[in-house]
Amino acid sequence: MSLLFDPRWSEALARLPDYLGNHVRVSITALALGLVISFPLALAARNRPMLRSALLGFASIVQTMPGLALLALFYPLLLALATLTSQWFGFGFSAFGFLPSVLALALYSMLPVLRNTITGLQGIDPALTEAARGVGMTARQSLAMVELPLALPMIMAGIRTAAVWVIGTATLSTPIGQTSLGNYIFAGLQTQNWVFVLFGCIAAAALALVVDQLLALIESGLRMRRRIRVSLGLAGIVVLAAATLAPSLTRAKSTTLVGAKTFTEQYVLAALISHRLQAAGLPATTRAGLGSNVIFDALANGDIDVYVDYSGTLWANQFHMTDLKPRQELLTELETILARRNITLLGELGFENAYALLMPKARADALGIHTISDLVARAGTMSIAGDYEFFARPEWAALKKAYGLSFRERRQMQSDFMYAAVASGEVDVIAGYTSDGLIAKYGLTVLDDIRHAIPPYDAIVLLAPRRANDAKLRAALQPLLGKIDIAAMREANFRASDSDTDGSPATVARWLWTKINEK
Amino acid sequence: MSETSPLIAFSHVVKSFGGNHVRAVNDVSFDIAAGEFLAVVGGSGSGKTTLLRLANRLIDPDGGTITVAGEDITGIDAIGLRRRIGYVFQSGGLFPHMSIAANIGITPRLLGTPKSEIAARVDELLDLVQLDRTQHRDRFPHELSGGQRQRVGVARALAAKPRIVLMDEPFGALDPVTRDALGNDYRAMHVRLGLTTIMITHDMAEALLLADRVAVMHEGRLIALGTAKELSRIDSPYVGELLGTPRRQAERLQAALSQNIAS
Repeated sequence: MSLLFDPRWSEALARLPDYLGNHVRVSITALALGLVISFPLALAARNRPMLRSALLGFASIVQTMPGLALLALFYPLLLALATLTSQWFGFGFSAFGFLPSVLALALYSMLPVLRNTITGLQGIDPALTEAARGVGMTARQSLAMVELPLALPMIMAGIRTAAVWVIGTATLSTPIGQTSLGNYIFAGLQTQNWVFVLFGCIAAAALALVVDQLLALIESGLRMRRRIRVSLGLAGIVVLAAATLAPSLTRAKSTTLVGAKTFTEQYVLAALISHRLQAAGLPATTRAGLGSNVIFDALANGDIDVYVDYSGTLWANQFHMTDLKPRQELLTELETILARRNITLLGELGFENAYALLMPKARADALGIHTISDLVARAGTMSIAGDYEFFARPEWAALKKAYGLSFRERRQMQSDFMYAAVASGEVDVIAGYTSDGLIAKYGLTVLDDIRHAIPPYDAIVLLAPRRANDAKLRAALQPLLGKIDIAAMREANFRASDSDTDGSPATVARWLWTKINEK
Repeated sequence: MSETSPLIAFSHVVKSFGGNHVRAVNDVSFDIAAGEFLAVVGGSGSGKTTLLRLANRLIDPDGGTITVAGEDITGIDAIGLRRRIGYVFQSGGLFPHMSIAANIGITPRLLGTPKSEIAARVDELLDLVQLDRTQHRDRFPHELSGGQRQRVGVARALAAKPRIVLMDEPFGALDPVTRDALGNDYRAMHVRLGLTTIMITHDMAEALLLADRVAVMHEGRLIALGTAKELSRIDSPYVGELLGTPRRQAERLQAALSQNIAS
C-alpha cells in the first residue's frame, strides 16, 4: 500500500494546524453571525406573512447561488465598500480573505435556520399557545417558556444543517484569500496531488461531523433538561475553537505573504519565492489558490506582499487595453501604469506563459504546419479545444481577426485534459499554455504566431505598495530575475503535475532553484 | 360594593368573527353571584366557548361591557386578570415539555411566588385533585391517563388561589365513569373553596347535576337562564328538547335495567 506510506500525508498533516484553525475560525464566526441575524428575523417574521415569504424567498435565492460564485461576489463588493469608507471616513478595511468569507458563509447559513425556526414555531398546537395565554403568560413569556422549547428540536436541526453547510462551503473560501481546508483541495487538484485532495475532504467531513455531534449533544441536553449535556456540548465547541485557533493567533505578524493563483505553475513559483525569502531570513507564508480576479486587488490593497503575474494578463484583463504592443514596449508601459498604483514591477523571470495553438509534432510535420498561417487552409476541417475562458478572451478574437481562422468545431475542456485530448487525436488543435509541462510529455509543438496576434505573457514579479522600498525583499528575489527559461519552467510544471513522483510545489521549487543555478 | 352585587356581569355583550358576518355572541346579558356555579350549554357554534374566552379577556368584545367584582375588565390589565382567574382547557392544555409539578405551578411562577412555596402548593393541589404526590409530581403529561391529565388541569387552574374558575368542556373527552367522578369531585371543591365557576358543556345532564343554574346558548343568543325547575317552565321548543333528552334517556335506561333484572 504505497498510498498509505506516501510522504505527502505527513506534509499534509504538517499544514493541518494552520488550515484547520483558519477553517474553524471562519466557519464558527460565519455560523454565529448567521444565527444572530436569522434567529431574530425568524421571530419577527413568524406572525407576518409578507415578511416571512420575503425572507424565505431571499434565503432560498441565496441558496441556489453556487457557493464559489457567492464567495467571489463578496470580494469586489467589499472592496468597493472599503474604498468608499476610506474616502468618506478616512479608514478602510481588508476586503480580502476573512471578511468576505464570513459574510458570504453567514448568508449561506440563513435558510435552514430561518426556515426551521419559522416552521417549528408555526407547527405548535394553537391549543397550547392559548393555554399559555390562559394561565397568564405575556407574549414574551409564551415564546420563551412554551413556543421556543417546543420548537427546539426543529430549530436545532436547522442549526445543525447550517453548520454542516457552512463547514463544507468554507472550503471554497480559498480563492478569495481565506486559508481553509480548501487549500488542500485547490492545491491538490492543480498539482495532481490526490493525497492532498483526499486529506482536505476527509478533514472537512470530520470537522463537520464533530460539530454536528456536539450540537446534537446540546440539543438533547436542552430537550431533556440535562444541564450536563448542554455544558459538555458547549465545552466541546469552545475546546475545538480554542485548540484550532491558538496556533493561528500565535503566528508571527511580520511574515511576508506570497500569493499564488489557482494553477500548478503559480504554486511552484510561490514556493520558490517563499524558499528564497526564508533563505534570506524573511519568514514567508503562502496564500495559494487565489482567484485571478482577486489576487491583483489583494496585492494593491496590501493583503499579500508579492506574487507572479503575466504581462499580457494584466494588460488585457486588469487594465482592459485592447491594442497590442511589442514585448518590451508593453512591459515599459505596464511598469508605468503599475507605478501609478504604487505597485512595483520588480522584473521578469525569463519565460512566457502565453496562450498558444498546439498540435502533436508528428502530425504538424506531416501536414507541413509550422505557423498559425499554415493552419488557416485546413482549419475548416479541424476541431479546436480551449479552456473555459479562452474563447471569450481577446486573444481568440485577435487570432481570428489576424489570420481569418475558422474551425469546424469548438470545444471547452478542463485544461488538464486538453493535452491528452489533442495527443490522442480527439481534437486537432488546442489553445494551451506555452510553459505547460505537458507539451513535452505529449510531444506537442507550438505553432508560431508570426503576426503577433497574441500579446506577450512575460512572467513578472510584483511587489505590494507597502513593500516597494524593502531592500531585503528585493535582494532576496533578485537572483530569480531573468533566470527561469521556458524549458526549465516546463519541466518544473511537469514535475509538479505528475502524480507518480514527489511533485509537491516545495520539492519542485527546490529542484528549480538548483537547476537555474547550474548554468 | 353591596353583597348582592354580582361577581361577574355581562351586559349587552357582542362579539363577531370573520368581518362581522358571524355574530358568535349576540347581545348577551347575565349576572353570576359570588359562589355560584353556572353551566353554559348549547350546540357547537352556539357561542358558548366565546362567552368564556371573553370573561378573562382571551378575546375582547365588540360591544357591551363585562365586569368582574364590579370593575369593567376592558380597563384592567389582561395578563393580571388571567392570572387571578383559573382556566381549565378542553383537552387539558398541559404543556408537554413541563413536568406535572411545573404545569401546576406555572401561574404562581409567573406571579413570582418563591420556589419553596410553589412546591408546597403543588403538593397540596395534588392531594386536592386526588393524585399521589410522589408518583405524579415529576412525571410528564404524556405519561398520564386522560382523567389524570384533566385533574392536573383543574389543579393548575386552582394554583394561584383564584376566586373564579372558567372551565371549557373540561370533562368532555373522558369516559362516563371518570367523567362522573371528576365532576362530583370538582363540585365538592367548588363548595369547599368558595369558588365561583362557569363551566361550558354540551351535556345537559352534566349541567343539571353539577350547576346551580344553567344558561342555554343558541346561535349566539342567551335563550334561557335558570335553575332546572325554572328552565322546565320556559316555553321554548329548543330548551324543551335539551331538557327532554336526558330525561328520556334516564327513563329508557331505567326500563332496560328493570327488564334485565326481571329476566
